[in-house]
Amino acid sequence: MTGQAVSAGTGLEPAEVGRPISGGSMRRTKPIGRWAGITLLLIAALAFLFPFYYMVVGSFQKTPDTTIAGAFPRFGDLSLSNYTAINSRLDIPQALLSSGIFTGGVLLCTVVFGVLAGYALARLHFRGRGLVFSALVLIQVVPFQLLMIPLYVLIARDYGLSDSYLGMILPFAINSTAVFIFRQYFLQLPQELFDAARIDGAGELRTLWSIALPLVRPALLTAVLLTFIGPWNEFLWPFLITKQPDKQPLAVALANYISNVASSVANPYGAILAGAVILAAPAVVLFILFQRHFVSTDLGSGVKG
Amino acid sequence: MSTIAPTTQSRQRSAGGLMAKVVGRQPIGLLLSAPYVVFLAVVFAFPLGFAVWMSFHKFRFTAPGVKVATPGVGLDNYKSVLTDPDVLDSFRHVGVFILINVPLTVILSLVLATALNKAIRARAFFRVAFYVPYVTASVAVVGVWLFLFNSHGLVNSILGPLAPDPSWLVSSFWAMPMIAFFVTWKQLGFFILLYLAALQSVPKELYESASTDGAGAWKSFWSVTVPGVRPATGLVVLLAIITGANLFTEPYLLTGGGGPDGASTSPVLLIYQKGILQNHPDQAAAIGVILMVLVLIIAGINRFLTERGNR
Repeated sequence: MTGQAVSAGTGLEPAEVGRPISGGSMRRTKPIGRWAGITLLLIAALAFLFPFYYMVVGSFQKTPDTTIAGAFPRFGDLSLSNYTAINSRLDIPQALLSSGIFTGGVLLCTVVFGVLAGYALARLHFRGRGLVFSALVLIQVVPFQLLMIPLYVLIARDYGLSDSYLGMILPFAINSTAVFIFRQYFLQLPQELFDAARIDGAGELRTLWSIALPLVRPALLTAVLLTFIGPWNEFLWPFLITKQPDKQPLAVALANYISNVASSVANPYGAILAGAVILAAPAVVLFILFQRHFVSTDLGSGVKG
Repeated sequence: MSTIAPTTQSRQRSAGGLMAKVVGRQPIGLLLSAPYVVFLAVVFAFPLGFAVWMSFHKFRFTAPGVKVATPGVGLDNYKSVLTDPDVLDSFRHVGVFILINVPLTVILSLVLATALNKAIRARAFFRVAFYVPYVTASVAVVGVWLFLFNSHGLVNSILGPLAPDPSWLVSSFWAMPMIAFFVTWKQLGFFILLYLAALQSVPKELYESASTDGAGAWKSFWSVTVPGVRPATGLVVLLAIITGANLFTEPYLLTGGGGPDGASTSPVLLIYQKGILQNHPDQAAAIGVILMVLVLIIAGINRFLTERGNR
């Protein structure tokens, strides 16, 4: 996988994807074709959004109703009882705190060490740079799940880090896709900028901090959003290494609830859906707020070979 | 040192000595990338080597501090794994998953990306709508799917007498396809945006000349769009296959631990069951190595096909 092939994927500016395309051929599209397209998009949007709508409605409904009528909110039956039910079983604030520490730790490491590595890979010539970059690209096709047994042995057994935030964070600490995004953005900056900084006698860290970093702020945002959904949504790893309920992130706590406890509650699905809403909300809200910055060019280019 | 040299040319000249040959012109790069390199070594390279080593040795979890011999056992772990019908079934399940998920993902995401590319209004709305399942935790959306597809769920009450019995997630026929549909639904938004980006690089002139030649919408989709996004298709296929190799949360939660009766197990689920629950980490490592080799072979074939198409 050559660097050139990879960078080809990010030639496109993020904003370009969101912009309406008004090419000549589009304007000539027959009205029937356009209506077919819009109908298709609307059906798809319905298929994507309906489960989320149903999740929210179901989470506020005191008695479950799985008939078609149940898909519409019955105002007499709305309550927060499912939320109190799930909270009494899972200690939601504690689970959110665990999720927050896990995610925050990963974000911090990714931003600090990822920016340093991305900058070095993009702008500095040093021995082994090609090797580091090859490793960065290669590990994107080695699925994390395949390393779970050796990582479990090392982290939980040898280092004794089970039920600790450090053990949770370690395998995810630096998101390689984020490093890749940082590198791509640093690469796009003009060389003159760095030459000028060197003439002025700025060291590499100072150049990075006061010249390069302010110019790649969009990359920072993209990388933070992208990195956020990793640990926040992660189930397998924290599930493996946390046994104490007070250390389990919300995704793990909710999953355990779904597979073990749910059957012992009056309205099991209501409580599950309430937990699901709490788990889904932060990622969905963040994404909607910053959706312009969150595009596939950055995501996909990391694995483009 | 070399970093204070003013311009590129003079920097090359002044740092052309032995030092630069050994560590590069800006050795501080080594320092800046060191944390990431250490991370890669600790979290990827070493565990990878450890997994391969473990798969050729007898290895058990022991109480802390107890040292137990780990004799080499050659290919024994591989033999016992490859003769285990449960393991072979789990690989077969991934095959079923890929047969459903990959074509469905490629067709739906390309068609929807093309439609989205032509839409003038509400593009942001559609983008968000398609992307929301992708950014949401599997655990959260599994909750809704359980609610929708259980025996008395909304889907079955709409279908009425047409509902399958046993229901979707507890039917040995439907369990694996349901996992494939779930993952397709969840990941589609990512692939739509990937195709949307690829569509921007298809030259507009090709569409214009196609329409001058009297090609309709379908013809120009088939003869301009599809070949134009071929590299993206290669990537989509590869990523979808990697997803298939990684299935864990879905069989664990959606079909209750690979049920019914092992009809929807996945290799990663078996890695968990054998490695962690049954204390056979050596065999689990062997499954992991086999899976990784398969993924790398598929990635190689995929790359070969995509590049040949580009020439």
